[in-house]
Amino acid sequence: MGAVLRLWPVALLMLAAVALTLGVGVRDLSAGAIWRALTAWDPTDPAQVVLVEIRLPRLATGLVAGAALGLAGCVMQALTRNPLADPGLLGVNAGAAFAVVTGALIIGGSGAGLTAILAFPGAALAAAAVFLLGGGLRGEPGPVRLTLAGVAVSALLYSIVNALVLIRGDALEVFRFWVAGTLAQGLQKPLAEMGLVVLAGWLLTLWLAPLLELLALGRDLARGLGTNPLRVQGGALLAVTLLSGAGVAIAGPIAFLGLIVPPVTRRLAGGDLRRELMVAPFVGASILLLADGAGRLILAPAEVRVGVMTAILGGPVFVWIARSLRPGEAR
Amino acid sequence: MNDIPQGAGLRVEGLSLGYDARRVIEGLDLSLPAGCVTAILGPNGCGKSTLLHALARLRPPLAGRITLEGRALASFPPRALAQKLAILPQAPLAPPGIRVADLVRRGRAPWRGLLQPWSAADATACDAAIAAVGLGPQAGDPVDALSGGQRQRAWIALVLAQSTPFLLLDEPTTWLDLAHQIEILSLLRRLNRERGITVVSVLHDLNLAARYSDRLVLLGREGLIAEGSPEAVMTEANLARAFGLAARVLPDPVSGTPMVCPL
Repeated sequence: MGAVLRLWPVALLMLAAVALTLGVGVRDLSAGAIWRALTAWDPTDPAQVVLVEIRLPRLATGLVAGAALGLAGCVMQALTRNPLADPGLLGVNAGAAFAVVTGALIIGGSGAGLTAILAFPGAALAAAAVFLLGGGLRGEPGPVRLTLAGVAVSALLYSIVNALVLIRGDALEVFRFWVAGTLAQGLQKPLAEMGLVVLAGWLLTLWLAPLLELLALGRDLARGLGTNPLRVQGGALLAVTLLSGAGVAIAGPIAFLGLIVPPVTRRLAGGDLRRELMVAPFVGASILLLADGAGRLILAPAEVRVGVMTAILGGPVFVWIARSLRPGEAR
Repeated sequence: MNDIPQGAGLRVEGLSLGYDARRVIEGLDLSLPAGCVTAILGPNGCGKSTLLHALARLRPPLAGRITLEGRALASFPPRALAQKLAILPQAPLAPPGIRVADLVRRGRAPWRGLLQPWSAADATACDAAIAAVGLGPQAGDPVDALSGGQRQRAWIALVLAQSTPFLLLDEPTTWLDLAHQIEILSLLRRLNRERGITVVSVLHDLNLAARYSDRLVLLGREGLIAEGSPEAVMTEANLARAFGLAARVLPDPVSGTPMVCPL
C-alpha cells in the first residue's frame, strides 16, 4: 500500500533552480561559459571568476540552507501536528539570530564565522521556550497556541536584535544579514561544517520519522504502541535545532520556507513521513534558490533579499493553510 | 470462567491512583482473568479511565502493584509490553487525510525495527485486522470520510494489528448511536470468542455492558462496589451504592441478562 514517490517534479525543480542560480545575475552567464569554467578554468576570464567566486558559493549556500530549513519545517509540522509550524514562525530562527547578534556584539567580529556556532544554543532555547509556552509538555499543543507562542517569542527576540543593531550604527550593514537572510557571501560562511550538521540532522529526522508518525496519533496511543513520547519529542527538537541553527548560521533567518515545503512534499510523497523527509531537502533547496533568483531579477541590478522573497511567497501560503484548517483543529 | 489460572490475566493489588493530592482510587484489589470480556462501570469521576490507563501503564500507581500474566507490569520493556497489551484511548488523533490502511499499519510498530522493511507478517496482520472489523471495502478511504461507527472500527483495527492477547478500550462506544454501539460491542465479543483476546473496556451503558460482558467491575466513589458476573454485580443494592440510583433490575427479555429500569 506504499505511497508512490514522485521524483521527476523534484528533479525538474532542482534543475531550474540550479540553472537560474548559476546563469542569472548582474552579469548573465551562458551555458557555454559555465561549461568552460568547469572544464577549462581561466582565472583571467571575468565571467568564470563571477561563476566560481560568487555563483557557485551562492548555489552551495542555497542548497545547504534550503535543505536545512525545508527539513526543519517538515519535522516541526510532524512534531506539533500543526500545518502552520515553521522554524521562522515558531521563533527558532529568531532565537538563532538573536544569539549570533548578541554574541557578535559581545565578542566582536562579523557574526559570520565562529559566532555562527551560537546559532545552535539560540535555536535550541527558542524552540524549547515556544514548545513549553505552547503547552507541549502537558499534552497536545494546539496549532493556534503554538503559533501564538512562536510569534510572541519571535517578536520579542527580533525587537531586541533590531534595538542592538540600531544602537550600533556602524554595525548596521553587517547585521542587516541577521534581520533578513541572504545567500550572498557564501565564501565567508562555514559552509562545509554546516553542511555536515545538516546531513546529521537529516539522518536523525529519517530515523525518527516512524516514531513521529506514532506520536501524531496522540501521546497515549503512541505510548501504548511502545514509544516514549518525551524521547521522540526531544530527538525531534534536537533535529530542528541542528537544522534551523545551521540554516540560519549560513543564510540568516529565512522565514516561511519551512511553511512552503511541507505541503509540497506531502503531495509528492503521499503521507509517508520518511519519504517526505527524503525529498524535503531537495524541495527546500529548489524553492529557496528560485526565490533567490527571482529576487535578483525583479529589481535588477538591485537585489531583493531572499528572506524578503520567501516572506512574499509564504504570506499567501500561510493564509491558504490557515483558511483550510478545520474548525476542530483551530485550538 | 473459573477454570482460568489466577496468574493468567491482569491483577491489581492495593492499587492507589490519583492526580496530585486527590486520590481517585485507594487500595484497590482486582483480578481481570484472561480470556474474558470485562466491562468497567461506574459513575463519572469514579476513576474508571484512570484505572484503565494504569492497567496499560500510561499512569504510574501511587501505591500498590499491577501484574500481567504474573509479572510486574512495571518490569516490562516498552516494546515487550506493547506486544502483550494494546490500549485504545478515548480520543485518538487521526492525522488529516490518512487512509484506513495506513492508519492500521501503524499498529505494527511494536513488532518492527525502525529501519526494518514492511514484512509479509505485517501485511497479513493488517489485512486480517481490517477484515475482522469489516472495513475491507473502505481500506483505501480517508479516515475523515468514514461514519462514526466505521471510524471507531478503524481504530479498533489498528489495535488489532498490534496482535496482542490483551486489549483495553476506553469508552469505545461513546458518541456512537445505539446501532453502532451494538456493532462495536458484538465485534469485541466476537474477537474474544474467536481469538481468545482478553477484552477490558470502560463502558457507560449498563444494559449493553451486562449483555456483552462475561464480567463486570463496578466502581463507586468510595472504591470497588462489586466484581463478577453481570447477574452478581448488577443488583439493585449495588446500583444504589454506585450511582445513588433507585432502580429495579429485571431480566432482559431478549438476552436474559440483567436490565436496569430506573425508578
